[in-house]
Amino acid sequence: MTSAEPVIQTTGAPRVRRTRRSRMRIALKKAPLSAWFGMGVTLCYVLVALLAPLIAPYRETQVFSEAFAPWGHEFMFGTDQLGRDMLTRLIYGARNTIGIAFATTIISFAAGVTLGLLAAMYRGWPDQLLSRAVDVLMSIPSLIFALMLLSIFGSSITSLVLIIALLDSTRVFRLARAVGLNVVVMEFVEVAQLRGEGPAWILRKEILPNILPPLIAEFGLRFCFVFLTIAALSFLGVGIQPPSADWGSMVRENATLITYGDVTPLLPAGAIALLTVAVNFVVDWFLHSTSGLRDEK
Amino acid sequence: MKNNSGIAREKGTDLLQVRDLHVEGFSDERWHPIVRGVDLSLKRGEVLGLIGESGAGKSTIGLAAMGYTKPGCRITQGSVLFDGVDLLSMTEARRRRLRGSRIAYVAQSAAAWFNPAHRLLDQTVETAVAHGIASRDKANSDAIDLYRRLQLPEPESIGFRYPHQVSGGQLQRAMTAMAMACRPDLIVFDEPTTALDVTTQVEVLASIRRIVEDFNTAAIYVTHDLAVVAQMADRIMVLRHGQTVEEADTRQMLTAPAQEYTRTLWAVRKLAKPEVQTHDHILSIDNVTAAYAGRVKVLVDVSIKVPRGRTVAVVGESGSGKSTLARVVTGLLPAMSGSISFDAKPLPLSLKERSKDLLRRIQMIYQSPDSALNPRQTVEEIIARPLEFYLGLKGQQRDRRIAELMHMIEMDESFLDRLPGELSGGQKQRICLARALAANPELIICDEVTSALDQIVQEEMLTLLMRLQRELGVSYIFITHDIATVRAIADEVVVMHQGKVVEQGLKTEILTPPHAAYTELLLSSVPEMDPDWLTTLLARRKNQGIASAAG
Repeated sequence: MTSAEPVIQTTGAPRVRRTRRSRMRIALKKAPLSAWFGMGVTLCYVLVALLAPLIAPYRETQVFSEAFAPWGHEFMFGTDQLGRDMLTRLIYGARNTIGIAFATTIISFAAGVTLGLLAAMYRGWPDQLLSRAVDVLMSIPSLIFALMLLSIFGSSITSLVLIIALLDSTRVFRLARAVGLNVVVMEFVEVAQLRGEGPAWILRKEILPNILPPLIAEFGLRFCFVFLTIAALSFLGVGIQPPSADWGSMVRENATLITYGDVTPLLPAGAIALLTVAVNFVVDWFLHSTSGLRDEK
Repeated sequence: MKNNSGIAREKGTDLLQVRDLHVEGFSDERWHPIVRGVDLSLKRGEVLGLIGESGAGKSTIGLAAMGYTKPGCRITQGSVLFDGVDLLSMTEARRRRLRGSRIAYVAQSAAAWFNPAHRLLDQTVETAVAHGIASRDKANSDAIDLYRRLQLPEPESIGFRYPHQVSGGQLQRAMTAMAMACRPDLIVFDEPTTALDVTTQVEVLASIRRIVEDFNTAAIYVTHDLAVVAQMADRIMVLRHGQTVEEADTRQMLTAPAQEYTRTLWAVRKLAKPEVQTHDHILSIDNVTAAYAGRVKVLVDVSIKVPRGRTVAVVGESGSGKSTLARVVTGLLPAMSGSISFDAKPLPLSLKERSKDLLRRIQMIYQSPDSALNPRQTVEEIIARPLEFYLGLKGQQRDRRIAELMHMIEMDESFLDRLPGELSGGQKQRICLARALAANPELIICDEVTSALDQIVQEEMLTLLMRLQRELGVSYIFITHDIATVRAIADEVVVMHQGKVVEQGLKTEILTPPHAAYTELLLSSVPEMDPDWLTTLLARRKNQGIASAAG
């Protein structure tokens, strides 16, 4: 009788389960060059942002006598319209822009994912209410909407973060609801309901782990968009307020230099572009490797 | 070319010769052997049955016989000679010309292979027209002829329907018509009836057999159901781990299997349990009516009693309301009227009104363990949750109980840190069982728990369920469409048809004549190991006109 034997091993050879770390190492080994580039660049940005006071040659708001100084020994990338060192401003700009963008993305995800999954789980009127509200928010061009709200509430850092987070969470809501709907119908969710589990547990333990890959990928993309929105708002003068350094407003403030053939205003713009490209490389790779797409010969 | 003619081709000459076939599949960054050195040969007009448990490589061999492998697989060695030409060494373009015109394929779930946006007729004739074998008009009229031969209803007009407008059995026959459209020399059938009800299966089997005989087509018939292969095949080949276990003529294989392994494949059909009658009922369902969306009635005035510590098997074809019954008992779909009492106390109809303890006492196991287990939780997390949730077990107590449960389901603790994706189908279903047992339930609802498993694994699972019932005194509601399973496990049987209970009683009463008309149809449709079963059955039905009575 088979019942006496402890283990049934008729099908398939036993497999050694890999730890999370070794699986990650394998994934990293197979990562393409673009992903490595993206990770490297992103890491540099993060380091620069964290270590800004140590790296920067001067203080953030230190003003020197010479405005619009040319590139040289003393000021590597010259000075801006008030005579502040460009390089220092660039380094501190990383801190402000990336920090704020990161906080905003986190908030928008916390709100969007929670509401999106609740809508997917309960469907019916809560879903209708939330989805239609999101539709309304999405129907207004977000930059114009943000401008309007910022002029109503004033452009403090807090209101900037909250307003962009609110506008961005609509897209996160859509995604979380869509991928959540696929998981909600699975039987293991029904099993949890039958067991008598509460919605918070089902949401956190049963559904969330299964939709994490697309959410993480979306996180990278949204981070870029938030970042660009902040830069755009700063460029328009309602974003991060002086004297805080930030790349968007640096472009605006020094824009006149372009007419004299000076590329200095392109430096902060380039910094924005490079980080966006780098983050997207990483996201692309992550999406590709978790979506199960295989390169077929 | 002779493949274009409808007349019978010369029988008995070699059509397909597979020599020393090796196929490998890629997973976990490594190539694993799937098929290791299989030889087979097929004559014109001959049907070869390939059987074996899942992972034996039978589908892979079926595809390789067409010179095809699934993505992620490769043929590393061997030759496939089709009508004297090696399929493996020719160009992909030439192979593609052969496929569809001279070699065709019929898949398990026709629903997934039909394009939902096109009409059946267009899809049936597509290959023939694309290969330039027939003009569109000629192909259309030929398709209608095939529909008629396959006994599809309204053969003239059914082709104008879309795939979702016909039933599963009809779709499977339409796919056979599609394969037949070019009058191929060889058809590979990959479990064509596994997804169908027994009553539908009989019709599809009969149609396939008739058309294969009519056109003298050679066929490879892949299945894990021995009784089915016994009806269809001239010769049977048993496979295991990608190797041939034995090969013989059907009759010889059935009467005198040479290998021990082959004999174990027969075993589940012989499993039987003496029934025990008891009048102590743990659950009684009284006059329950249930409907989806408050409109479509799925259960009408159903009354069922479940004896304590025993098994009630609920049988019926799909759409008979079996699974809805499970949803009503668990409270997922509250009944519209009627009452349910559990352990002599009324059971609240809705899940939300039941206490945690009531929820604990009724557990459920699902048909497909793939979707019933969270793919991101380890076995330990899965089993531990009910222990923590219902019983509040922690630390050592919890670990000890987990070890006990693993022992109960005959698995060891090395599986605890695995994810469901790293287990076989049978192991996954055992974990589902352990999760249910963790709650110390008094009633377990088993919804087709063995139908997704292989014959051998099925037998192990059924033996396990019976042993646990003896040891723990748990009651089962066992929903199934397989009569062999009923014989193996049930004490009482409930036959359901179109949301109503047709018959209820002790197993022997229900399974021995005289039967109610529907029970008779259901029971007689279950394939038997006798190779003449289908022929006899069809002849008998013709005489008695049962088929018309059932329709």
